[in-house]
Amino acid sequence: MSGNIMLGVVLLCHADLDMAARMARIWAEGGARVAIHVDAKAGADDFATMQAALCDLENVVFTARHRCDWGRFSLVRATQDAAETLLHRFPDLTHVYLASGSCLPLRPVQELTGFLGLAPDRDHIESVSAYEVGWTVGGLNDERFSLWFPFDWRKQRWLFDRCVEFQRRRGLRRKLPKGIAPHLGSQWWCLTAETLRAILNDPRRQEFDRYFRLTWIPDESYFQTLARRHSARIDSRSLTLAKFDHKGRPFQLYDDHTRMLQESRCFVARKVWPGATGLLGHFPVTPTEALDLSAPRPARILRAINKTVSRRTRGRPGLYMQSRYPRKDSENGKTSGPYALFQGFSDIFPEFETWLGQHLSADVHGHLLGPERAEFAGRPKIGPGAIPDGVALRDRDAQGFLTSLIRISPRMQVFQFSPRDNQVLNWFMATDPNAHLFVVTGAWMLPLLHSEMPFDDVRRAAVWLQRAELEQIEVLNSVWVKARVQLHELSDFLARPQAILNEAVQQLEPRAPALTGLPQMRDMSGLADLLQRLQNSGLVPRLTGDDLLLSPPSDTQRTAAE
Amino acid sequence: MKPALPDRFRRRAQRQWLIGRAIRRRGVLREVSNRTGDIRSGDILAFVTQRNERIRLPYFLDYYRDLGVSHFLFVDNDSNDGSADFLRQQRDVSCWTTRASYKKARFGMDWINWLLMRYGRNHWCLTVDPDEFLVYPHCDSRSLPALTNWLDNSGRRSFSAMLLDMYPRGALDEQIYQEGQDPLSIACWFDPANYAISKNHYYGNLWIQGGPRTRAFFSHDPLRGPALNKIPLVKWHWRYAYVSSTHMLLPMSLNQVYDEDGGEMASGCLLHAKFLSTFAEKSTEELDRRQHYANSQEYRAYSAGLQSGSTLWCRESRAYQDWRQLEDIGLISRGNWA
Repeated sequence: MSGNIMLGVVLLCHADLDMAARMARIWAEGGARVAIHVDAKAGADDFATMQAALCDLENVVFTARHRCDWGRFSLVRATQDAAETLLHRFPDLTHVYLASGSCLPLRPVQELTGFLGLAPDRDHIESVSAYEVGWTVGGLNDERFSLWFPFDWRKQRWLFDRCVEFQRRRGLRRKLPKGIAPHLGSQWWCLTAETLRAILNDPRRQEFDRYFRLTWIPDESYFQTLARRHSARIDSRSLTLAKFDHKGRPFQLYDDHTRMLQESRCFVARKVWPGATGLLGHFPVTPTEALDLSAPRPARILRAINKTVSRRTRGRPGLYMQSRYPRKDSENGKTSGPYALFQGFSDIFPEFETWLGQHLSADVHGHLLGPERAEFAGRPKIGPGAIPDGVALRDRDAQGFLTSLIRISPRMQVFQFSPRDNQVLNWFMATDPNAHLFVVTGAWMLPLLHSEMPFDDVRRAAVWLQRAELEQIEVLNSVWVKARVQLHELSDFLARPQAILNEAVQQLEPRAPALTGLPQMRDMSGLADLLQRLQNSGLVPRLTGDDLLLSPPSDTQRTAAE
Repeated sequence: MKPALPDRFRRRAQRQWLIGRAIRRRGVLREVSNRTGDIRSGDILAFVTQRNERIRLPYFLDYYRDLGVSHFLFVDNDSNDGSADFLRQQRDVSCWTTRASYKKARFGMDWINWLLMRYGRNHWCLTVDPDEFLVYPHCDSRSLPALTNWLDNSGRRSFSAMLLDMYPRGALDEQIYQEGQDPLSIACWFDPANYAISKNHYYGNLWIQGGPRTRAFFSHDPLRGPALNKIPLVKWHWRYAYVSSTHMLLPMSLNQVYDEDGGEMASGCLLHAKFLSTFAEKSTEELDRRQHYANSQEYRAYSAGLQSGSTLWCRESRAYQDWRQLEDIGLISRGNWA
């Protein structure tokens, strides 16, 4: 044993005693004294096998067995007993490490003792004030200390919940024993023998035990709280790498974590999947000539774990798939990237799509939601992501169509839109912060202008298109809009097309040079005449802007026309 | 009109009916080899219905043995290519044979439901076809028992694996499939992002359509294209039953394999290597037998599509690399299985 450090280990074992025996051997052969507590629930045969497997080791003692239930005081009792036995049997110990049978030492025990020797009077125990929120995951925080918990969470869930509910409703609160401040932390610690003795031999220990017996998960608070009472040199960081997921279940370690674990320089990690033979064979790494006494640097592996937790709880924005199908407004990002919709521009400039494609470094599509087909850029039958251009499947899941397209394409997606197209995504796009909507209202009138359809048909089409666009405008003017919307009436747009187009392109690509030309505009002759005819036929054109009409309708006319 | 019974009771009645059917029809299964005595508690079992797939079986068995499946339970539906003999010789295979109608057994699900009920209890059970290959997050470094152990610890009873149709680059019969060969070395292309999802509120499952079959064979009527959602891996209880293929189960809580609050749950893919050189022959045969779903309309569409010499490959197809690629594309997810 290096320096004057003498390490003892309390090993709590529940199931899988084979692996626990291996871990005990690693500790013992590294020079540590080991006290093993085996859950009374484990089978007698398994226990005998384990004892037989370890009988050649002198430094190993088995302690009185308790029945341990998760979240109950029995775990603390087992730890206390084992620690007492250990300290009694090996009075020369300077430190005691609490580990479990599935905690795998990653570095040689000599490095751990060497590391402890750098600051021999320090207690390594994570201990966070219970009133600082945020340590616990998916459980109660300070209520662990202020309520009574007589029932087992796993076996008596219903009673547990009713009991907590009742106490909350009645405002019942427990009184904390005087002189302690509740602290929480990882249940795996390494205390100096001095501090541990002080905790175990505290004259008020009975009082504390009685109090903690009815707290919730005391193995995460008993030593963490009492260490604060007896030690002034706490390094509030566990030497064991033990992470929990969002539901408070421990993460398991597998063979593919080997490299990351090695780089983390942690001393001990849990919880190892029993089948991870590669991991169990690799660790602990064999000690080198010069002992490496560097402190653990778990940042990278913690980041990797946090990433998966956030993938489980928040997911990837804009992804809809077999195991992520968020409800409306729980999407956490409706789409995965910015996209733009131009409405009415292709009616004013027939060549707008090609022209815009030349000025933006984006995929500029035609009417993706068009009534006949999805008009992908270049009009392939099969668009990006192998999405076919047919409308039936697109309209079955239009949202999936758009979000898949945006997610699978490396470049920004820009497409044309009009009231003729499928309108089901109006709310979706309006409430999506990724959407840039550039809308010229009333522009749908222009294709009707030279359609050479009979006037009755033109009028019918106009009624229908105007109604669709009015409904859309209502959406775009609602208070729920999150998209960036540029709304112009046709007359307004025609008054300064260059400026408005410039603004749009600048918004999408701030660094693009200012535009100097316009695409070919559709022939507007006869527009005023058509509008007048529509108005005379009882349909008030409401979206083109007033200045295009020869005589703007009065308010009474407006109401009547509706 | 409102149904006479609340949905909950209708679902329960249906589940009991399905279980009853499975029990009633167990008699048509004739035992070829029964090694189910070798099954140990905690083993992962695979349940397979097959007909004339002799050439595919060796690779199929090895693939799942490598993943960690301990025992295979086959229903052989009237094969005449010696596959029953082949299966009899395998030491980890139990095999039953039947000449009964595949269609009348709800496309084999009655037989499988019976075997699941009889042998699958308390085991993780994988129900697949001989042309389906499961991939899941970390499958290159972690075995199937690691996955099921994690699912157990996470309190999950079912695991979703969407069907991902794989196809070769050229015409289907350009490369001849040899026995024992990895079918995915020929059919290694897939469609990345053309899947339409909708929710079935009665059973609570997602209904996924799209992919190359729908794109190429059902372009005239894509809504009748095959369903791709599958829940092939289930910790079985005798009161469970598959409703329609492995697309959905009862009780409906088993279909809740997706998160609705924005998070991602862990999921995998069944790589569907149906489109090999053996396919043309097979589809003609299946068309003659008329034993498939909805009057075998799927096979009709295939044979029409095949005769016109179309290939499934397109410019947007992706070549399969590994599970990470599928995860990046968003077809599978590791959820919180770090």
